[in-house]
Amino acid sequence: MKNTNQVIDNFFADISNSIRKNRIIFSVALLTVVAFIPALGLPSYILRIGVMIMIYAILALGLNIPTGYTGQVSIGHAGFFSIGAYTSAILVTQAGWSMLPAMVAAAAIAGIFGFLLGLPTLRVSGTYLSICTLGFAEIVRMAVLNWDTLTNGPMGIKNIPYPTVFGVEMTLRNYGAYYMILVMLVMTSVFVHLIINSKIGRAFRSIKEDELASMMMGVFTMKYKILSFVLSAIISGMAGAFYAHFMRYIDPNSFTFDTSILILSIVILGGMGTMRGMFLGAIILVSFPEALRFLEQYRFVFYGLVLVIMMRYRPQGLLGWRSKSPYEFPKGVDPDKIARGFNNSSSQNKMI
Amino acid sequence: MYPGMQQKKLMFWRYMFNGLAVGMAYALVAVGYSLVFGILRLINFSHGATYTFGAHVVLFFIGYQTNIWLALSASVLFTGILAVGTNKFALEPLRKKKSPPIASLITTIGVSYIIQNLLMVFMGSERKSFPNMLDIPKLDLSGLPITEPQFFLFTISFALFIILTLIVHKTSIGLAMRAVEQNTKAAHLMGINVNQVITFTFFLGGASAAIAGVLMAGYYQLVYPTMGFLIGMKAFTAAILGGIGVMHGAFAGGLIVGLAESFASGYIGGTYRDAFAFIILIIILIIKPTGLFGKKTITKV
Repeated sequence: MKNTNQVIDNFFADISNSIRKNRIIFSVALLTVVAFIPALGLPSYILRIGVMIMIYAILALGLNIPTGYTGQVSIGHAGFFSIGAYTSAILVTQAGWSMLPAMVAAAAIAGIFGFLLGLPTLRVSGTYLSICTLGFAEIVRMAVLNWDTLTNGPMGIKNIPYPTVFGVEMTLRNYGAYYMILVMLVMTSVFVHLIINSKIGRAFRSIKEDELASMMMGVFTMKYKILSFVLSAIISGMAGAFYAHFMRYIDPNSFTFDTSILILSIVILGGMGTMRGMFLGAIILVSFPEALRFLEQYRFVFYGLVLVIMMRYRPQGLLGWRSKSPYEFPKGVDPDKIARGFNNSSSQNKMI
Repeated sequence: MYPGMQQKKLMFWRYMFNGLAVGMAYALVAVGYSLVFGILRLINFSHGATYTFGAHVVLFFIGYQTNIWLALSASVLFTGILAVGTNKFALEPLRKKKSPPIASLITTIGVSYIIQNLLMVFMGSERKSFPNMLDIPKLDLSGLPITEPQFFLFTISFALFIILTLIVHKTSIGLAMRAVEQNTKAAHLMGINVNQVITFTFFLGGASAAIAGVLMAGYYQLVYPTMGFLIGMKAFTAAILGGIGVMHGAFAGGLIVGLAESFASGYIGGTYRDAFAFIILIIILIIKPTGLFGKKTITKV
């Protein structure tokens, strides 16, 4: 099995190296292709799956921040998704807000809850933290289920207006919804990319590698762990807001434990700590139940089997080889020069 | 004198006994989590599905007019084998490869999907009525605020719990289990067959989950493939609350969760019932992650 894994790694690494050299050209090309998909005149059923894939890709990008980069496994992200969806839906249907401010509010409120869920990370870690996140998602679900006056309980919220931007309705029929979520996905990706390659991102990754060591190196781990949850919650909340308007109907059953697991599975299948993995994972796992309709009732059995087999033979995920690639120095930094500099200074010190 | 007062008192005792009975069943399920977590540091998410499987096996056999005791024994056996199989085919290869903990966690979730959905395919996803098997012997409980099913649920669970405790604390395999829990490597060096102990632990967990599943199915007289999820989470809460890896911890945790739930649904409103286990869970994790009776672990640099 090791050989197979190496073959897969080499295969993807070869492709990726050629892609990495002209990364920007490739991304633009891919984006153009994705942008022209609606022009093919596909049935709206296919487009709907495309939109769902992008929603889940955003969710996975969000979950990837605490789980993939910071090493805090969350199995309760449906909670943030749900909070975002309900906040936006309630603000629009009951308070008469328009969609964009409602979306911002949804992201903000999800962010506040992200902060609250981040707090336990100060006390618990590992498996216990995962359980905390699961408990959080279940409490959110119970609250949504029982807070009838606000959330309409198990009946759900119906007739949520379509997403509107500057008075234009974004539906599947005029491809507005498709492009809107595409823009959101690109924005999220750029945002996550910038975060991960900044000081914050390096702090996240150091916490994942060794929390104690990074604390000793002066990383304020407490702050960064909470920050990773807040950022993740904001992204998930935003995705939730779009989901509510796109589906036009939400109920507590849209955001169950299974949803959390689906998001986590995307992150793991794609490869924790990579961004391209999130897109691939979302494409595979969201289209999966649709593509496997011929298996009928067996498809979720199959889904479970995929999880089990995946974990056994390739736990790092399909595109997860990057986590082992050597550290790249930033442009303009010559590692040899630095090493020489260190040697010189140390020898000088000895002389003195 | 004060009929209203009487009524209140009666209701109090009713909630109390309901909580005790259900809590005892939680404790029985919690043992499975607790033992496995103690040894492998793994939350076995397939445990809830194992519990469901146990109830469904009995339902299946009863469908063929089998004697209830035979059905129960078969359920214990098959569910134990299922738990052992989960360990052998899904978890053991991961341990051999020294996979990260998240891999095992996802695997158990995958296994629970497989079990749950296979049950849906073969037994149907609807709620099925389960024969009320807890009122077979007739007891005179009139005048007491406890019903017969509650009484039997409590006593049978309690008896089983005592047996489990005896197995863990008084037999040689139990001694081996505790040794493996304390230090796997040292236990291995002392000549304990660690894999055998893990297998036995899974069997014990599966068997107790099966019995708890049958008892609870008999208590609510309902069986359905997703019945294990909430119970699983509540039992897990119980295990954490009492302190993971400790038998009396699971016992106390189960009773506390059961009572809290029963009183909460009685005095605050039934709809919030299921949220209480999770609220307790988060509070206990934040305040005292080791649980009431848990041992302290020290992180070494």
